[in-house]
Amino acid sequence: MCTYATVTECVDASAKGPGGQWFHVTDATVYYDHPVHVMAEHSLNIDLSDPSRGPGARLAVELTRESAERLVAAIRTALDSAPAGG
Amino acid sequence: MSDSLRATTIRITGDGGDEVEAYLARPDGHGPRGGVVVIHHMPGYDRATKEIVRRFAEMGYDAICPNLYWREAPGAAPDDAAATVRAAGGVPDARLVGDVSGAAAYLRSLPSSNGRVGVIGYCSGGRQSVLAACRTDLDAAVDCYGAFVTGQPPEGFPLRVTNLVDELPDLAAPLLGLFGVEDKTPSPEHVAELEEILTRLGKPHELHSYDGAGHAFFATDRPSYRVAAANDGWERIGDFFATHLSVPSPEA
Repeated sequence: MCTYATVTECVDASAKGPGGQWFHVTDATVYYDHPVHVMAEHSLNIDLSDPSRGPGARLAVELTRESAERLVAAIRTALDSAPAGG
Repeated sequence: MSDSLRATTIRITGDGGDEVEAYLARPDGHGPRGGVVVIHHMPGYDRATKEIVRRFAEMGYDAICPNLYWREAPGAAPDDAAATVRAAGGVPDARLVGDVSGAAAYLRSLPSSNGRVGVIGYCSGGRQSVLAACRTDLDAAVDCYGAFVTGQPPEGFPLRVTNLVDELPDLAAPLLGLFGVEDKTPSPEHVAELEEILTRLGKPHELHSYDGAGHAFFATDRPSYRVAAANDGWERIGDFFATHLSVPSPEA
């Protein structure tokens, strides 16, 4: 399967990326397709990047489908435990 | 035949006259011989793709792979380049055709060329291989499990891609298609639709689907690798290119 499916979102965040340096992140790209590294035929892939700093300014994560579902739930739980605006 | 070869990175003239990076592998010896354009998969112009280019040189062809992501990400790591181009919506079809056409022209310009050039692509490159053979002058095309040659992308699909059904009447090269029965895109139904269309149009083709294999069964570094399907597929590719990329001797 080659899904081509890609979802993009603007974000205001920081990531620790290439060379161990922190950098500001403006874009999140999320897609379910072939991974580069994780040993699964398909994975949920997330790129956090700042395109203005070039293709290398990217933090990449590849998650199996099950792992991605658990991560979504964990994020939801963590957000729900804190008051909005806090 | 010698198995000596040389591989190097060069620049070629791609779509719109743009200078594009490409990986070139050539057998030692003078030829004449055919050429093969390798279209890299969506994860990019990577080590696995360059190994395929060298394999075609070892098989006796001048082989080249243009870096389809060069414009957006010159010099970037293949995975970073792929991420950048994916986020930007992918490679436009017209640009892909121009880059393949430029790569084919480069191969035909080599003193070792017999004038014949084939194209092969994997994954997204499988669809692009068929597309190139519909729009530019090629002598053989191989589609390895390319999605959306037939079949419809789902509604609201984020990345711009269309099927090639309307282009297939212009297919101007014999087509070899290699697929896995367990693949979802292309599914066995998509492959059957392609078979029906090509037969109806009278286009020379050979489509093979392997039991026990899904998508990306040629990828030796992935869990999708299926050795029996890959070995048989390589044999079929070798026979197909030997048939269509050689020039009959004068006394034949």
